[in-house]
Parts: sequence; structure tokens; C-alpha cells
Amino acid sequence: MSDATFTPEYEAQFGDYVALMKPRVMSLVVFTALVGLLVAPVALHPFVSASAILFIALGAGASGALNMWYDADIDAVMRRTAKRPVPSGRVTPGEALAIGVGLSGIAVVMLALATNLFAAALLAFTIFFYAVIYTMWLKRATPQNIVIGGAAGAFPPMIGWAAATGGVSVESVLMFALIFMWTPPHFWALALFMRSDYDDAGVPMLTVTHGRRSTRRHILAYTLLLAPVGPALALTPVGGPATLATAVLLNLWFLKGAVEIWRRDETAAEADGYRAEKRFFRFSLYYLFLHFGALVADRLIAGVL
Amino acid sequence: MSIRATHEIHERRFSRNRGVALLLLAFIALVFGLTVVKVQNAGPTQGFDHVVRPELIEGAQ
Repeated sequence: MSDATFTPEYEAQFGDYVALMKPRVMSLVVFTALVGLLVAPVALHPFVSASAILFIALGAGASGALNMWYDADIDAVMRRTAKRPVPSGRVTPGEALAIGVGLSGIAVVMLALATNLFAAALLAFTIFFYAVIYTMWLKRATPQNIVIGGAAGAFPPMIGWAAATGGVSVESVLMFALIFMWTPPHFWALALFMRSDYDDAGVPMLTVTHGRRSTRRHILAYTLLLAPVGPALALTPVGGPATLATAVLLNLWFLKGAVEIWRRDETAAEADGYRAEKRFFRFSLYYLFLHFGALVADRLIAGVL
Repeated sequence: MSIRATHEIHERRFSRNRGVALLLLAFIALVFGLTVVKVQNAGPTQGFDHVVRPELIEGAQ
């Protein structure tokens, strides 16, 4: 630091605290929670809906901060995460913990006041699941970390639905299942082309513990298990022709990518710089956005929204 | 004579403090907005402190 005489320590900027909350993950949470809330059969006042989404996003951000606090040691050795606020020294671990715990409390209490206790309890459980079950326990203990930990990312549409209805239903469980089954192939594709990162950090990713051949098989298996969830959701009252068409097309495309990954070996993947894996990973992001977008489209077609 | 020179760190601190201030103001506006919406959407309300509640008095209705 050039101004060491004036600033012996770096002082965190507002943007550093925002980065602590994983804004990119938050965008997915906001979107899926919003869809869960919009397609629910009970309409909330727009201001209450917007507040509910904000508090769900805040809860997600808080769990992101707790994750960054606990994982600072492994984030520091991974290229993808080394520049995060805590490992880079811009935010102290204590600050990250305080922000994580503080915002968790605010998010849960405010969601309870804005909507209902059940939605707030579900949000509290999600934060606990991500910060404790996934981050502190599973992530470093088992190669199935991604599978079980994926549940944390799958809860937001259920919370959105619960905020509107006050309960759980087949539709919200299927929205949960869609994200839950989608998470493993999404992350394992990433692990295939970010190979040294997870190895260096000692995180027991499937690529490290069971090998890359096995990871390719797992991607295909989970993509096959994912395939019926979208069409099933389309057949529930929240679905419709747009969801069905989108689900069929997206799953065919996703399956094609998974088969391609399964048939390739490391030599072929290294030869073209993991093109198929990177394409599959990129497509997996569109997969979720389009799927949930189709649910809203069906509500618009039905004239509900 | 007062010290007038503003170091770069003061500007950065100001930007952070402004961010926190705006966030707090937004939170106040949000809670106020929620209160207005909740009160408007609530059914008939009744104050309970030091107020005679006719339905509790036998034979009053």
C-alpha cells in the first residue's frame, strides 16, 4: 500500500460489503423466489411482494457472507475465489461474520413481519442449511457436498411460494426439485474445467475423490433424473403449454450436452480446452432462467398476472 | 488554523458512510411503507388501552 503512513490498514468500501453477499448468486435467488411468489395462487400486495423478495435476497446474501467468513482459508488458494473480500484482506473475517449473523436476523424477522412465520422459518432454515450443513460440514467432508448442499439454493422459490400462501404444495416442491436436481450437473461441469482449483484447496469434489470419468457419468445420471421434473411441473396448475414446451426443449438440449460430456475423455477435453464442458455450464444457467421464465409466461397467458 | 487537506482516505470513508446512510434511509422507508400497506389492508382495528370495549360488557349489545 503506497499510503502506509496514513492508512496502515485497508478500510473496506461499501462495494466490498456488497461483494461479500455474492450478488451473482443473489440474482438467481431473487429471480426464482420472485417466480415462486408470482405463480402462487394467493396474490400479495405489490409492496409486500417486493419487500418479501428483498428480505429473501438479504437472507441469501447473509448466508453468502457467512460462507465467505468460514471458507476464507480455502477461498484463498482457489484462483476463482482468491479475490473475494475476506481472502484478499479487504474485509476482516470478524466483519464478515458480524454482517452474516446480523443480516440473517434482520432478513428472517422482517420476512416474518412482512408475510408470515412459516416463510420466515423456511428462510432461517435455508440460511442454517447453507452456512452450517453445507459450508461447515458437508463441503469439506463428502464428494456429495454439491448434491446435498444444492438444497440451500433450491429453497428460494419455496420461500416465495410460502410467503404468498403460508404453506407448501406439490408445485413448490417441484420448483425446489428442479433447482435441486439441476445443481449437481451444473457444478460438476464447472469442476471439470476448473480442475486444479478444487484440488489445491483440498475440497473433496467428485473430480478429486472419484475421478473425472466418474464425474462425467454422474453428470449424465443427474441430468437424466432432472429431465422429468420440468415436464411434471408443467402438468401442475402453475404450469401450462409454455412451461411444457420449454421443459421438453431445454431437457433435450441439456441431455444432449450431458451425453457429449459422458462420451468424451480427458484427452479430447484438454485438446479443445473443455469446450463441451464450458458450453454445458453456460447453458445450465440459461436452463434455470428459461424454465422459471416459462412459468411466469404461462401465468401471463392464463391472464392471472 | 484548521487542517483543510482532505486525504484520499477521507473520500473513501465518506463514500462508505454515504452508502450506509442511504441503506438505513431505504430501510426506514421500507418499514414505513410496509406499515402503511398492512394498516390499509387490515380489517376493522380496535385500540385496547384504556378504551371501553362494548362487546365485553354483558348486555351492552
